[in-house]
Amino acid sequence: MNVRSQVEKIPAHPAASSIPFRHYFQAIGAVVWKDLVAEMRSRELLSGMLVFSLLVILIFNFALELDAATRVSVTAGVLWVTFTFAGTLGLNRSMAVEKDNGCLDGLLLAPVDRSVIYFAKVIANLVFILLVAAIVLPLYSILYNVNLFNLGLIWVIFLGAVGYVSVGTLLASMAVQARTRDILLPILLFPIVIPLLVAAVKASSGFLQGLELAAIQPWLTLLVVYDVIFTAVAFMVFDYVVEE
Amino acid sequence: MQAQPRVLTILDYASALLLTLATGMVFFYAPTEAVMGLVQKVFYFHTATAWVGMLSFTVSLGAGIAYLRTGNRRWDLVVLASVEIGMVFMLIAIIMGSIWARPIWNTWWTWDPRLTTVTIMELIYAAYLMLRQGIEDPDRRARFGAVYVILGFVSVPLTFFSIRIFRTIHPVVIGGSDPQATGSFDMTARMLQTFLTSLVVFSLIYVDMLWHRIRLGELADKVEQLKLRLS
Repeated sequence: MNVRSQVEKIPAHPAASSIPFRHYFQAIGAVVWKDLVAEMRSRELLSGMLVFSLLVILIFNFALELDAATRVSVTAGVLWVTFTFAGTLGLNRSMAVEKDNGCLDGLLLAPVDRSVIYFAKVIANLVFILLVAAIVLPLYSILYNVNLFNLGLIWVIFLGAVGYVSVGTLLASMAVQARTRDILLPILLFPIVIPLLVAAVKASSGFLQGLELAAIQPWLTLLVVYDVIFTAVAFMVFDYVVEE
Repeated sequence: MQAQPRVLTILDYASALLLTLATGMVFFYAPTEAVMGLVQKVFYFHTATAWVGMLSFTVSLGAGIAYLRTGNRRWDLVVLASVEIGMVFMLIAIIMGSIWARPIWNTWWTWDPRLTTVTIMELIYAAYLMLRQGIEDPDRRARFGAVYVILGFVSVPLTFFSIRIFRTIHPVVIGGSDPQATGSFDMTARMLQTFLTSLVVFSLIYVDMLWHRIRLGELADKVEQLKLRLS
């Protein structure tokens, strides 16, 4: 909280405290746009995540011997492990780019609330992870002859991805400022997203096995609760993570 | 170097004495449980150490929030001290639980909600310690540590609920006992007295250790400052 009050005291940025609601969203949009354009031009983050995801699925193929019988029960697990690993890669990269080129300092100097940066990064990371999912799902369907075009599953992936990036973005912005940043992010992130993964895997396999909604409902509720709680907590503490 | 406060010395002796007393009560005062026999005696210290673990993680959350609000370095020392103590006591609780579970559940380990949650909790706080190690700037280290402690603490109950939906076999001795649980029992008056004594004793040991650890942290800070002045 003290950061925001400091910002208010600085007369050079009167806009910081009196930004109207519309400008807040415009600022978020601008930062998201910047991320997407940078990714469109370099394509290093998305291509890295994609190739990595395919490799993970390939490894699972050999490690688990994904024959028709096992496929039914492990598909949800394989998908979520793939998204989790690829997601770590993407999150680390997206924050490391900001940190290494000094872009983060530039963003922090902008006369906008710090939470704008947080939400913009969350949205950009969400877009990346959903794009990866959008390519991996059909590929997985073709490779293993399972129908993954299930509206319920897509919902679960969306809810899971929201929770994952809301925690992941916060932790990645912490990890890139540490000396041991490459190994730190998964270690910090995985124990905290375990409830999310449990719920996401259970809900996904519920939808894939065609269970009725009442049986899946508790997991969906847990996903929503996780998303709400962690977005709120991350929003509250993000100021302390980027403070200099 | 300042001398150790008198109260702390008294606390040292008191906790050592009381620990002996509690051990004596466990073995000679509390009756042997009819079904499980001697192995049930693990329960008194198992619950007490698990309680200290939970207490210290809660204290570290409070201290973490206090640090973010005030920016006072002392709170960071409290977070670190409490996390370290909590991890050790939780580990003791897990090991004691395993010793009990071997004859009662016929396995050292099972993926029951409580057991899984506690393991993940240990991993979260281990990650906290690794995060601290990776950052040199003490101010930033304290801030990130406090943020991570808050996030970790929030995720623990969610982890518990997520695994709870599978049925649990861990007995609940205090309040609403589930007869389905393997190895649950009713406490007699003497058992209850022993149990409460161990709770109090271990809480006292916690306070004593926390105090020592904070003092150690303060002294380390002072050494650091003296070194800086020399160079």
